[in-house]
This record gives sequence, structure tokens and C-alpha cells, in this order.
Amino acid sequence: MANIKLAEDKLKALIEVCKSFNNEKGELINVLHKAQEIFGYLPAEVQEVVAHELNVSVATVYGVVSFYSFFTMKPKGENPISVCLGTACYVRGAEKVLEEIKKVAKVEVGETTPDGKFSLACLRCVGACGLAPVLMIGQKVYGRVAPEKVNEILAEY
Amino acid sequence: MGKINLIIDNKPVQVENGTTVLQAAKEIGIEIPTLCYFQLKDLNIENKPGGCRVCVVEIEGRRNLAPSCTTNCTEGMIVHTHSLRVLNARRTVVELILSDHPADCLVCPKSGNCELQNLAHRLGIREISYQGVQSTYRKDTSPSIIRDVDKCVMCRRCEMMCNDVQTVGALSAINRGFTAVVAPAFEQNLDKSPCTFCGQCVAVCPVGALSEVDNTPQVIRALTDKTKTVIVQTAPAVRVALGEEFGMEPGTIVTGKMAAALRELGFNYVFDTDFAADLTIMEEGTELLGRLSDFLAGKKDVKLPILTSCCPGWVNFLEHNFPEMKEVPSTAKSPQQMFGAIAKTYFANKIGVKREDLIVVSVMPCLAKKYECQRDEFKTNGDPDVNYSISTRELAKLIKMANIDFVNLPDAEFDNPLGESTGAAPIFGVTGGVIEAAVRTAYEVFTGQKLPKIEFTELRGLEGVRSATIKVGDLDLNIGIANGLGNARKLLNQVKKGEANYHAIEIMACPGGCIGGGGQPLHHGNSEIILKRSAAIYEEDRNKPLRKSHENPYIVKLYEEFLGKPCGELSHHLLHTHYFDRSTKIEIE
Repeated sequence: MANIKLAEDKLKALIEVCKSFNNEKGELINVLHKAQEIFGYLPAEVQEVVAHELNVSVATVYGVVSFYSFFTMKPKGENPISVCLGTACYVRGAEKVLEEIKKVAKVEVGETTPDGKFSLACLRCVGACGLAPVLMIGQKVYGRVAPEKVNEILAEY
Repeated sequence: MGKINLIIDNKPVQVENGTTVLQAAKEIGIEIPTLCYFQLKDLNIENKPGGCRVCVVEIEGRRNLAPSCTTNCTEGMIVHTHSLRVLNARRTVVELILSDHPADCLVCPKSGNCELQNLAHRLGIREISYQGVQSTYRKDTSPSIIRDVDKCVMCRRCEMMCNDVQTVGALSAINRGFTAVVAPAFEQNLDKSPCTFCGQCVAVCPVGALSEVDNTPQVIRALTDKTKTVIVQTAPAVRVALGEEFGMEPGTIVTGKMAAALRELGFNYVFDTDFAADLTIMEEGTELLGRLSDFLAGKKDVKLPILTSCCPGWVNFLEHNFPEMKEVPSTAKSPQQMFGAIAKTYFANKIGVKREDLIVVSVMPCLAKKYECQRDEFKTNGDPDVNYSISTRELAKLIKMANIDFVNLPDAEFDNPLGESTGAAPIFGVTGGVIEAAVRTAYEVFTGQKLPKIEFTELRGLEGVRSATIKVGDLDLNIGIANGLGNARKLLNQVKKGEANYHAIEIMACPGGCIGGGGQPLHHGNSEIILKRSAAIYEEDRNKPLRKSHENPYIVKLYEEFLGKPCGELSHHLLHTHYFDRSTKIEIE
């Protein structure tokens, strides 16, 4: 099999994370959470290391990563955009907002722009239904977003 | 453990506490249909994810139908296995599975042997009433195994075999909902994964999602090519299982019929891998004695315990998982490859046929053998020593294609010189057999005395990990045996930690050894079939006039005429190999 490469400091941090969970198989999901914090995403190399450290097969790790939508194998953009498609946002036109973002930022759902500036994801309800439709960029929440406002919002970044 | 009384389909039954409804029903002759459930009882292998819902039953007092495979019996339980409600639910479940299953049964490799097909037939399903989206996924073809996961029913038997039994970890359920499939990590192809090609996933797949690479077209082409001389070798485990494909009782020995059928198929010479098994013992036995005498002479760094190297699934497993031990196994090639090497040198010379005009076909109970014969180190100028390997199942197909009435075929003999074997050879097909064969020869060579008792029953059995100490003269020879790769891992970890003190270890990748191989007729979870094959192997041994490899007159002749001595220069060149590190390495950038 191929050899895999990782930066030394990040590899060390990852091995530390596994150790902090006593390298236990049952902690796989928690380890992956932390790993995604460190790397921003879970590339194959990271999954290989986690598998090795927790003594499980890579296929098992990938099984978990591919099952949960929280985990991603693609690097997120500098400014991750999340569009709420919960019921309230949806009925107030979130889908149109989403379409507009795709057009303006030139990015598809689950993808990152080539310059790494934006990535786009959908989520279900951020608990601010009164502000529907809602979108988030990083930790910042935008409420009552109309499609016409998208250009202006994205220009902030 | 208390007894529990319950009533199933109006019949009272008493079972041990902890018995499932499915088992309890079976005890009184009620066969509840199943799909994901799988068991090889005598080998302690079980899969019961309770996922398919085919085995649901109605239990009085319960609101919902219960899956009988995961529901334990309780006192006073009243169970109905074929009420209208159950029949409707079961039918709906199967119809829904069929709604996302390609209806290409006519050309499916599992047709006629498919558990889903049988289920649809048994439930009398005549049309698929649910129309919906069908999943589509690329086919993945490796040297041994084809994955066609459009046919996958997510029973997860293969996942259980690959992870829990074999601890190979090549396959896992991935993704979610409709897009869920069983696949290697990152949805790579099998040949990029740690797959050992043991084929146990194929052996348990109820449908056509996992099947063997079919090499019969190449064999037919070779047989009809008048410019080629085509020879065949057959592994020991094939002759005790092939009959099953023709409706014969499991455990029937069909060596003679098989030889006759192969001759009728048009092979120019019908030879036996058993001959090469005897040869393997000469080489591996000599190697073992060499290492032992070095060890006894106080030499340092002697590679002990010696590990057997006949099984290509096991060799792959070692290369992926224990690369630091790659110098430890015997360097002796497997019997399949020894046969190929001798056939394309010694035998080709003898009959005056050029190497490129000689085609060697092997019939194996194994799918990893297909991969093994394609390994680069077993080729000369790109020409493989063994051209094509077909499984027991594929041979049965060829025989049927050729209109041969197998059951009524008169027995025939193998050809010589590569068809003669001793009783030490057939037992290569069962766990413990290779090491027993080695001990028979090693004993007589080491002590210079005749064996008082030929059979070493202490080395036999089907337990996953076994050990025995055999007196060889003054020496106590400690032997370890593992069958199934998960058991091999356990044993090797003991050795690595210094917890075990063995001189020799035999490992076979498949549960039970080659008799339970991935290329054998499907057992559908009936472990009695494997027990019967095992008994037949030992009977084949007992029926042989000679039972020790070094007594094989054609082996003696081979060394006199050609090889010189075991582990000599020519042997080393033709009959020995080396192993590679195939593990994933983590490097710092």
C-alpha cells in the first residue's frame, strides 16, 4: 500500500488526541471530532492514522466518517457558509437564497471555492426561526435574508 | 441454566434459557426463512444484525412482529411463524428488497444458488409490486473477487467475516440510507485495500454481490488451442467437495471421477497438486530441520517459529499486517506454485514442449490462488508458472458445460510423474494437515527411525487456535496451529509478545482450512458439510499405501534426476520465494 504523509506537528497533535482517549476503539467518534477540529476536515491520511492508533480498520473509520454528515473529507473554506433549510426558513424562501449564493460565490453545496474563500453547506434549524430565513457565515448569523441581499453580505468577506 | 417452555405454531417446545425463537423453531423442524442471519455452528461463527426482517414472527401479546433471529424465548411465549400478518409482512420485506435488486437472475453468477432467489421462490413472489429508484454502483474487479454491490442486500455477512472472523478489515458498511453499500475504505477498489483475497466474503454472500473472477473462458480457449499442451493440477480439498455440486452427499471422495472428468474435458495431462504437496514437505521440512539444528547448536537470530507458507491468503495477511515478520515464514512456495515451477521446467523438458506452449491450470478450493499465480515473482519473462486458477465451483461448471455425467463416471487415475502422492498430501486441505505432514517426514529424517504411529491426532480438530507438543527423538517440538485469519492474528500476537514458545506454526486463512475455502461449493452456513469434508480428507490419507512425503517414489526420482537435494541450489531457485511489506506507512512531511 502507498505511504502517507502528514505534517509533523499535526501528526503529533493527532496522536496526542488518540492517547487522550486511551486509544480506545469505542472513542472513535470523539477522536474524529477532535481530529476535524485540528485539520478542519478528515482527509484519508488522518483516517489512516486514527485507524492505526485505535487499532481498528481504515474501512471502519471511513464507515463512520461517511455515515455522519458532520464529518467531511473536503477542506472547508476560510468562511464556511451554512444555509438553514429548516421548515421555517424553507417556507420563507431559503431555497432561493441558497440558489443565489451558489450563483454569486460560484460554489455548490458540499464544495469549496477554488481560492478556498467560501465553502457551502446546508443545515436544519439554528434555533432562530423568528429570523427566517437564516444563514451563517462562520459564527456570524444573518437573519431575514432576501436573495437580493446575498451579494452585499458576501462582499463583506 | 433453566429450561423454558413455549409454543411455536401450536407445538410445545422446551429449550435452554438464551435460545432464540429461530433456533427453538428449528429444533422442532420449523424452518423460518432468513436472509441476513448466518451461522457456522461448529466454527463459532454467527451473524445476526437483525436487519433484514425476513424472519419476523408474531408473538401473542406483543404489538409488533419480532425478528426471530434476535428474539430470545421466554416462558409461556406463544409464537406464530406463518400467520397472515407474518406472511404479509415477510412478503412486503422481500418485495421491497427486490425493488432495489437487479432482476438479471438469468446471467447472475449466483443463479440457482442464491438465497434471495430461493426466498422469492419460497414466498411465491410472481411480480415486484414496488417500483422505485435502483441504486447504481461501479463494478470492482480484483484478481480474485468481483464486487457488484448493486446486488448487495446489506445483510453484512461479508463485513462480519472480513472484520470479526478474519480481522482483515477490508470491507465496511459505508454511507447512509439509500446510498449505503459495503465497500473498502474511501470506496477504493479491493486490490488497493488490505484484502487478502481469502474469499470468505464470497463464501457467505447470499446473493451475487460478491463472486469469484471467472477464469473458465480462458481455460476453454486453452483447451481448444491445438498448439498448446494443457495440464491441470487439483488441490486436495477439491476432491472431497466437488461431488456436492452434482448432488452427491457431502464428504464423498470423488478423486477418480474428477480425474476422469478432467481427461474428458481435454487436458493433455491430469496431474495432482498433492504431488507438489509432498514436494513442499521435502523443502519446508528440510528448512524447519535446518533452522532447528541451528537453534539447538546455540546460533543466534534463528527465525523461529517457522511459519507455513502454503496459503496465499495468509501470506497476504502477513504482508499487510505483520511486515516486521516477513523473514519468518518458510521460504517454500505454495504447492500450487511449486507445481507450476516444476511443470514448466522439469516436465516441459521431459516431454519436449517449449515453456510458452505449456499451459498450467490449477483447480483450487481457494480464490486467493487466482491472485497468487499472478504475482510477478511467480513469472518467468512475463509467463506465469501457473496460467489460470479456477475454483471447485468453476470446475463443476466446466464439467456441466461439457455434458459429462459426473455421478456415473468410472474412476480414473492421475497421470505420472506429477500425479503420484502419499497420504501426507491430501491432509494439506484441512487445518493441522500441513504440519502433520511435515512432522511425519521431519521425525523420520531427524531421528533416522521409523514413525511408531503415523497419525498425529493431537494436531487435528477445528478449534481456531490449537497447540501440541510432539516428541521427536529427544526434542519436544512445540507446534501451534491457527485456522481463520483472526485466530492467526491472535497466535502471532502471542509470539510477538513472547508469550508463546513454538518451533513451528501452521496457518490457514479459511475457517477449517482449505476445505472451507472461498472457492468451494457453497455451504450456506451448514457447518456439518465442513466436518464431513474434513473426515473425507483423513479417509483419503488412510486409503493411500504410502503416507509420508519422502516415500513418494516420483519425488525421490525428481531429486535424483533434476533438483539434487532439498533446499539445494536449484530448489532454492525454483521452489523458494520471499515476501514483501505491503503495510501502510505513515511518514512525516
